[in-house]
Amino acid sequence: MENNSETKEPPGRQGRLMLWYGQLTTRRTLLLRGFAFSSIPALWLTLLLVAPTLVLAVVAFAQRSALGGDIDWTFSLRNFWSLLGYSSFGWSSAMLRIIGMSIFMAAVTTILCLLLAYPLAFFIATRRQGTRYLLLALIMVPLCTNLVIRTYGWQLLLMNQLPIAKLAVWLGLIGEGESLYPGWPAIFVGMVAGFLPFSVLPIYTNAERLDWSLVEAAQDLYSGRWRLFRHAILPQTTPGLAAAVILTFIPAMGTFVVSDILGLRKFMLIGNKIEQSFITARDIPSGSMTSMVLMLCTLVVLMAFRRYWTKSEVVG
Amino acid sequence: MPGCADVASPAHLRGRSAELEVRGIHKSFGSVQVLCDVSFTVRHGEFVTLLGPSGCGKTTLLRILAGLEIADSGDVQLMGKSILPLPANQRPVNTVFQNYALFPHLTVFENVAFGLRARKVPGAEVTRRVNDALDMLQLEEYTKRYPHQLSGGQKQRVALARALVNEPDLLLLDEPMSALDAKLRAEVQIEIRRLQRKLGKTFILVTHDQDEAMTVSDRVMVMNRGRIEQAGTPTEVYEHPVSRFVAQFLGAANLIPAEASADGLVTPFGMMQARETPQWQQGTLAIRPERIRIHHEQPQRNFIHTDIRDVIYRGDHFEVFVNTGGLRVKTTPAERLRPGQQVWLELPPEHLEVLCD
Repeated sequence: MENNSETKEPPGRQGRLMLWYGQLTTRRTLLLRGFAFSSIPALWLTLLLVAPTLVLAVVAFAQRSALGGDIDWTFSLRNFWSLLGYSSFGWSSAMLRIIGMSIFMAAVTTILCLLLAYPLAFFIATRRQGTRYLLLALIMVPLCTNLVIRTYGWQLLLMNQLPIAKLAVWLGLIGEGESLYPGWPAIFVGMVAGFLPFSVLPIYTNAERLDWSLVEAAQDLYSGRWRLFRHAILPQTTPGLAAAVILTFIPAMGTFVVSDILGLRKFMLIGNKIEQSFITARDIPSGSMTSMVLMLCTLVVLMAFRRYWTKSEVVG
Repeated sequence: MPGCADVASPAHLRGRSAELEVRGIHKSFGSVQVLCDVSFTVRHGEFVTLLGPSGCGKTTLLRILAGLEIADSGDVQLMGKSILPLPANQRPVNTVFQNYALFPHLTVFENVAFGLRARKVPGAEVTRRVNDALDMLQLEEYTKRYPHQLSGGQKQRVALARALVNEPDLLLLDEPMSALDAKLRAEVQIEIRRLQRKLGKTFILVTHDQDEAMTVSDRVMVMNRGRIEQAGTPTEVYEHPVSRFVAQFLGAANLIPAEASADGLVTPFGMMQARETPQWQQGTLAIRPERIRIHHEQPQRNFIHTDIRDVIYRGDHFEVFVNTGGLRVKTTPAERLRPGQQVWLELPPEHLEVLCD
C-alpha cells in the first residue's frame, strides 16, 4: 500500500482514494476486482495446464512397471538416456533421428508456409473490403474440417492415377513412375495445407496496416526492388512473421497424422513416438519424458528465434 | 481563368535559367478532375510555394513531380529534359514527406545515409556527407538514435537531412511543418528559408498555411480547384490579388460589388476610384481591412459615412465592424473607438483592387 501523505486517513475508508482511468476508487477495490476477474482463468490454467505438466514432469522420471500400463515409482534418468539413444544394448541414433526428422519437417513446413503466406497476405490486404473478408473466410473455412479428414482428402487427390499426380509428372516435378503419394511431396502438401491459415492471418494484419509512405520514401531515395522490400516492407511485417512462425512451427512439431497418412507411416516422428509410448507400449513414463523433451526443444527453438528476432527488430 | 503563372521573379533570381518547367498538366482520379492545365516555370535556386486549401490539387502536383503519381497529360522538364518517363527512384528529385516517413528500424545516421547507400556511394564518402548533413541540421548528437526516440521537430530535421544529403536538383516539401506546434513551426520556417538560401537549391513547398507561404517563399502560387489562380511574390499576391478566391484565402479582404461607369465605379457606397480600370461591366473590388483609414472628418475621395457596430480587441490591433456593407477595418490599438460612433472610412484608390471576377 502506497501512502506517502502525512494526513491520517479518514476512519472507515479502506485506503487512499485514487483515480483509475477517470473512476474514483481505492487500490484495494481494484486489487479485489482484478483478482475476481482473473481467478477463474488462473484456476483453469493451474488445474488443467500447470498441474498436469508438473505431473508429467514427475512421471517422466518414473519407470514402466513390468506388466505395463502401471507406473513404478522408482525415479531414475533412464527414460532420458533412452531418449538420447542409450539403452542396455548400447547407443543407437534412432531417437536422435526421430527428433531431427521432426524438427526438419516442422521447419520446412514453416518455411513453405511463410513463402506462400507472405504474398497471399499482401494480395488479400490490398483487395477492396468486401473481397478481403470473403478471401479471409475462404482461408479459414478448411479449419472447420478436422485435420485428419482433410489429410485423407489429400490422400485421395494425390493418388497416382489422378490429375494432380499426372500434372506433376507432365511438369517434370516428379519422374515417370514416381508418385506424389505416399512420400515427402504428399506430406508437405498436407502439412502446408493444414497450417497455411495460421501463417496467413498474422502477416495479413501487418500487411493491412502497412504504411505505404515508407515505400514511397524508399522509392524516392533511389531504392531498387530488393532494397525497397528489405527496408520499407519487411520491417513492418516482422511482428506478423514472428507470430506466423510460432503459430506454424509449434503445432507442426507435434503433428504426426499427416506424415502417417500421406507417408504411410514410413517416417517416425516425435509425435508418433509419444503416441506409441502411451498407447502401444503402455509406457507412460517414457511417453511423458518424450513429451517433456518435445516441449523443451520447442521452447529452446522459439527462445533462440525470439532472441535473434528482437535483436534485428526495433519496435517503433 | 486569371493569373499568369510566370510573372516576374524576385530580384535576386532574375536572369537565372529556368530549372523546372511544367507544361499543361492534367490529372483526374476517376471522374474527379484534380489538376487542370497547370503550367509554370521555376528558376534555379528559387523557393516556390504551392498554396491552397485541401483538395486543391497541390499535393497531387507535388507527387507528379516526385514520380509518385502519373499525369494524364502534359510534361515536366528538369534542366530541359523531360522527367516524366523516369520512375521516382531515378529522378534527381527528393521529397520531405508530410509524416516524414523515416525508416523506424534504422538509426538517424542510416536513415540519412539511405539514398547514398542505394546509389552505392563509397563508404567513406557516405560517412562524410551524412555527417555534413547532420551537422548542417544540428543533429550530431542524435546520430545513433532511432526515429521513435526523436521529437517531432527532430524527425522533421532528419527527414530534411535525408533528402538534402543526396544533393537533389529539386527538393519537394509536402506540408513538412504541419505536425509541429505553432512556435516551433515559425522557427523552422525561418530555418528552412535560411537553409535554402545558403544551399542555393530549388525548393517547392506545398502548404495550406498562408503565413508559412509568405514567410518562406520567393514566389507563391495560389491554387484553387486544380488550377493556379495567381502566382507572384508574396507582396504581389497579398497586395494585388486577382480574384475573390485569392483575396479571401490570403488574409482577410473586404469584397465590394461594383459596376463600371464613365467617371468611376458605382458601388453600394457611392462612386469610387480604384487602382486600375476594370475590364468588366460588373464585378468585384477588394480592399484589405488594414488599408481602410478611419477619419473623424470627411476625406477627399472614396469615402463612406457610417457608424461603428463592434470593436474587437485583438492584442496588436482592433478589429472594427461598421454598419455599412459588413466592412471590416483594422486599426492600431492607439485609436480609441466606441460602438455607435459616427466615422468616415476612406478606401484609398491605390489599395482598392479590381478583381477579375
